[in-house]
Parts: sequence; structure tokens; C-alpha cells
Amino acid sequence: MSPLQICLLLSSGLFCVGLAGALSRSNSILVLLGVELMLNAANLNFIAFWRFGPAPEAATGIVFVIFSIAVAAAEAAVGLALVIAIYRHQKNIRLQEATRLKG
Amino acid sequence: MMSPQYLWLIPALPAAAAAIGAVAPRRGRALAAGSAIAALAAAFILSCAALRVALATPAEHLVHNFAWFDLGDGVVAVGWLLDPLAALMCVMVTAVGALIFIFSLGYMREDENFTRFFCFMSLFAAAMLGLLIANSLLLLFVCWELVGLASYLLIGFWFHRPEAAAAAKKAFITTRIGDLGLLLGMVWLYHAGGTLLFYDHGNGCLETAALARLAAPAAGGLAVSTAIGLLIFCGAIGKSGQFPLHVWLPDAMEGPSPVSALIHAATMVAAGVFLIARVYPLMSADQALAGVPLHALTVVAFIGAITALMGACIAVAQNDIKRVLAFSTVSQLGYMMLALGVGSWVAAIFHLLTHAFFKALLFLGAGSVIHAAHHEQDIRRLGGLAPRMRITFATFAVGMMALAGMPFLFSGFWSKEAILHAAGAWPVSLLPLGFGLAGVVLTAFYMTRLVAEVFFGPARSEPAGHARENSALMTAPLLMLAVGAVGLGFIGTPAWPWLQSKLTGEAIPARSLFEGGGLMALSIGLVFIGLGAGWAIYGRRARTEAAALDPLAARAPVIFNFLGARMKFDELYAGTVGRLARWAGTLAVGLDRWVWGGMVLLLAKFGELVGVADREADEAGLNAGFNAVSEKLRDAGRAYARAQTGRAHGYLRALAVAFVVLALLIIAEGGR
Repeated sequence: MSPLQICLLLSSGLFCVGLAGALSRSNSILVLLGVELMLNAANLNFIAFWRFGPAPEAATGIVFVIFSIAVAAAEAAVGLALVIAIYRHQKNIRLQEATRLKG
Repeated sequence: MMSPQYLWLIPALPAAAAAIGAVAPRRGRALAAGSAIAALAAAFILSCAALRVALATPAEHLVHNFAWFDLGDGVVAVGWLLDPLAALMCVMVTAVGALIFIFSLGYMREDENFTRFFCFMSLFAAAMLGLLIANSLLLLFVCWELVGLASYLLIGFWFHRPEAAAAAKKAFITTRIGDLGLLLGMVWLYHAGGTLLFYDHGNGCLETAALARLAAPAAGGLAVSTAIGLLIFCGAIGKSGQFPLHVWLPDAMEGPSPVSALIHAATMVAAGVFLIARVYPLMSADQALAGVPLHALTVVAFIGAITALMGACIAVAQNDIKRVLAFSTVSQLGYMMLALGVGSWVAAIFHLLTHAFFKALLFLGAGSVIHAAHHEQDIRRLGGLAPRMRITFATFAVGMMALAGMPFLFSGFWSKEAILHAAGAWPVSLLPLGFGLAGVVLTAFYMTRLVAEVFFGPARSEPAGHARENSALMTAPLLMLAVGAVGLGFIGTPAWPWLQSKLTGEAIPARSLFEGGGLMALSIGLVFIGLGAGWAIYGRRARTEAAALDPLAARAPVIFNFLGARMKFDELYAGTVGRLARWAGTLAVGLDRWVWGGMVLLLAKFGELVGVADREADEAGLNAGFNAVSEKLRDAGRAYARAQTGRAHGYLRALAVAFVVLALLIIAEGGR
């Protein structure tokens, strides 16, 4: 197996773990964790395709991933703020009880 | 043989132990603690081997550099650095750390999160050792943030107590302010110097070629290196609890006592001093420039002097055994900064090493007292422990003598003398020397007060009356640290300047022990004045009950209460920075709610108006035919609306299904 394939397998594994976590957990923080895992799987793909792609000299992959991580940090902050907002409404953070999200 | 390319093993061992501690089950106490102590002991042996190599060629910086990643045309390189400074610090951290780990076995015995504790402690040790051997400001910064993280985790170790959680947050955020400066300095250094490697066979940023470029005057007559140096110093101010960012360090005492000993006394808070000593060539690059309005080191010296005196003043009026020691740490770190600023980085490192031993000893002694007295920390409610806890008392007294600078026998005396003599020889100003000498009196005074209150007089509370000596697991580290607190002074006396000559790599001639005898006699006199005053006020007539007023508070209540409230720094910051932040928050909310929200509402009203007009036109005119169509549309809408359940899990599931379908489509596409 080429290194690219190993990387892709690893990232798809990571993605599946994240997806399974996001789908099966009721604690919204753990769901957020799952989402972050999926995001990092995507980041891993960026790195893999850059590193084993046609032009690994230019640091495009790394720069892209750094941007993506920065955006993810902002997203995590928003997500945690949402969790706090949910907690204030229903005194717990169980996602399946947060049913009043529609307008 | 320990050549620099194997240096990474030193931090890697505790890191591995942290990983083991992280996955160990909660009842795997022996596994977590055993691996942590074994890893640190092994790191200690490796550090000793590294020290031997470094001492063989003290003037050289042995490096092992490698590329981390490429960025455009540049290569971001990191590496390991082996010189006597790094090796000595590694030996100190691993030795003190291993003793504190052993002490923790006894101290944390009843805690149910025993494995988590050792996991965090190992993580801290790994990050700290990484910081010491880093040959690149970038790698140093990464480890710098990691020790900050470990400190946050350990201050908040008992996070179910609100004070501990708040203290952890305060420490993290306050040091972050300084770290921002360090980050900016690092970026500027990379921009101006083109490399972040410290030593790179002539191309590093601390070597002559780069320094000559950096010391060139820039805007406002300031040298670039001055600005960069001051920004880097901001990081040191935050991490080492210097004025004005010292407020987090006393609150950090909410963590368990071994944490206070290792992180907030011996090692992490000294990282700022180490950082300045490491980049000393950069900090002092502007010294040779004539007509520069400000030298970076001058700022360092004055900040250190202010901190040294301020910390000592506040320590006089604290009533919590650990808070007294915390402010004493602030003050001693000020002395180290003072030494750096007046040009004697060797004296600063000497004091750092001796301070690590005797302050770790004092904190562990305080931990031993607290453990025996069932977590009673108020010195007014302790008392009478000397006959009941003989080993703790004896070792604590050794630590106290070392800290107070008891002449000749104790290590603190020699390192403090070195600092005072360097301050006395500073050509710029004698103010730091004056502050330092005032601090000497106060140090002796508050330590006498602490010992008198804790160990003498009658026991003033139930737990203090029942206290008895702890097990050998806790007293043995105390004894070993006490040996260090006495013996370590002899490696740097004027008569045998071994440490000085090894650190600088130059042969320093031995001088008479009593050279500069006037200053030495003065400081010895001041130490005895402090001890005598402390004993006269607190020792001769010991406190008999916990509620009794402090003798100083009776004499000068305004000053005592002002110092007891830590000079009101917390209130000042809450009143200025805190209020500003809250004001900005209110402003943002107001903008959001009234201005932007108002605009949105206005738009919505406008849309509504248009809709109403539209409906009027519709109903009056061409309607009936459309009714059927709109009925259909509404049904369809309802059907779709059912999919919008408001349940986040449903959405996630739909996303997942869509993802699978998409993946299958792509695979099918590829198969064709």
C-alpha cells in the first residue's frame, strides 16, 4: 500500500469514529468532539494529498490546514456557546431533549 | 555517551509516562505512579550523563538541528541544544521533580484521582524538560504553552472547588497576556533575523552575525533587539509572576501542595528567568550601542527590583501558610530578574538552582503540615507543631534559613550575595540594590513570623492539636531536599566559582570569600535585624488563640490590611481592565440588540408592509385561480417541514445518510 493510501485509510477511520460519536452520543459536548474529529480527518486528507501530490514544495496543504484549524477553533467557541445556551434553557445538555430548535 | 541528538529522550520518557497514566484505569495507581517516578528517575540519569558531556566543553553549544517543515522558500528548523545551562537545569528539574513525585505518593494517597494526578505531573515534567533543551524559540514556545496547560490542569486539579477552578482560569488567562508579547517578539525575531534557531554553527539568532544585524538602531532610536527583547520579556513577566502580572501566582496555591512545590515554586515559574538567560545575548545586544534611550536589561532590572520588594512586603501580612510562601516566590523571582537585569545572568541561574531546592523544601514542608493538620492552612489556627513533627520542623527550619539568607552555611546566602554584589556593581542606578537590601530584611522577618506562628506556641485548633509526623514516604524527600538546600551553595561561592566558570565557559579566578566585605556585612546585619524583629514580635510572646489580633495589625492596621489585601491589585484590575471588558461586552450586546437588531426588524417591517400591500392587491384582484395552486404548495411545504424536526440528531443522521449516498455514487462513478 502506498503511503497516500495508508493516510487516507487512517483519515477515513478517524472520520468514521467521529461520525459514530456524533450520531450516537447524547451529550452535546461529545457530539461537538465527534464533529471536530471529522474535521480533523478532512485536515489529514489535505495534508496527505499535498504531501504525496504533484507539488509538495509549495506549502499549500499546510497553509490550508492552518486556516481550517483556525476556523475550527472559532467554530468550537461558537459550539460551546451554543451548549451553554442550551444548558441555560433546559438545565442539561442532552441533545435529544433540545427539540425546540426550530423557529 | 549522551550526544545532543539523543537529548529528546529526556522529555520523551516522562511524556511516555504521561501517556501510560492517561490510559491507566483509576485503580491502576501503582502503574501510573510507578511509571511516572521511574521515567523521571531515568530522565535524571540521562540528564546527569548530558551534564557530563556539557561540562567537558563548557564554552561550546552542542546542537542537533533538523527541519520541521518547509514553508515557501524557508525551512522551519528546530533542534536540541546541550550546554551547561540546559544540562544543569535538566538535572535540577529531574532531581527536584523525582523527590516531589515520591512525596506525592504519600500526600495524594487518599485522592481518588491519583492516576490523573501523576499523568498531569508527568506531562508537566515532559514539557518543562522539552523547554530546557529546545534550540529554537519556536520549540521553546510550544513547550512554554504546554507547561502553561499543565499548570492550568494542576491548579484546577480539585476543580469541584469553585476557587480552584477560578484560580486555574486566572492563571491561564493572566499568563496568556504575557505570552502574546512573547509570540509577537518571536514573529518579529523571525522577520528581522530570518531564523528562530538559537545556535546554528554561526547562523543562529543568538550568534554574532545575527546579533550585529539585530542591534542596528530602528525607529525612535531604539534598537530592534531592544524591542524584541522587551516583547520576549513580556512572556517572562507573565510566566514568572513579575509585577504587574504577578496576581495569578498566589491564587495558584489552590492546587495540591506538591504541585505548588514543583510548578509554582521550583520549575515552571523559573522558566521566565531561564528564557531570559537563554536569550541573554539578544537581551544584551543593545548594551554596546551608544545614545540608545533605553536598554532592554534596564527594564528587566527595575521590574525585578520592584517585584522583589513588593512580594516581600505583601508576604509579611498573609495568613495562609502557602500564600506566604507564594509571595516569597514572587519576591525571589524578582531577585533573579534583578540579577539578569544588572548583567549577571550567572547569579540569576545560581539563585534559580538554590531557590528550586529550598523553596521546594518549604512547600513540601508546608504540604506535610497541611496533611498532618487535616488541611488547615491558616497559620493563626496552627501552632505548636515543633515537638510533634520534628523532621518537618527541622527541615522547614533549614529551608527558612536558606531563604532568609542565614550566613555561610546555607545555599540561599551565597546566591543572594551574588545577586546583591552584582546589583552593587551596576553602573546605571543603585535603586535596585536598595530595593534588594530592603527585601532581605523583610524576607528574614516574614519567614521568622511564619515559623513562629506554625511551629511554636500552643496548638490553636483541634486539627493542629492532633497533628503528628507523616510517614517516611513524605519525610525522606524533605531530608534530601534539605541536604540540597544546604550543600548547593558551595558550588558557587567566590572562593570556588565552579558554577560561574562552567556556565560562562571561562576560567574565573577564585577570590577571597569576604571580598566586597562591606556589602556582605551590611546584608548579614540586615538578615539578623529581620530575624530579630520577627522573633521579638512573634516568637517571644507566641500567639495563644486563633482569634487574637496580629501584633502588626494592632500597631499599623491600615498598612497591614492594605498588604493583607495584596495591595489591592485584584481590585484594581477588576476596576479597570475587568470593568473595561464588561463595558465593551455591554456595548457589543447593545449594538447587537438595538442597532443591528433594529435594522433587521426595520427590514422585516418593510417586508411585512410590502406583503400586506401585495395581499390587498391580490385579494381585490386575481385570486381564485391561484388558491388551488397555493393549497398544493402548502401541502408540499408541510411535508417538507416534517423533515425539520428541530432535533439535532435527526439532522446529523440525514447528513450521514447523504454522505453515504454521495460516497456510493462516487464509488459507482469510479467503477464505470
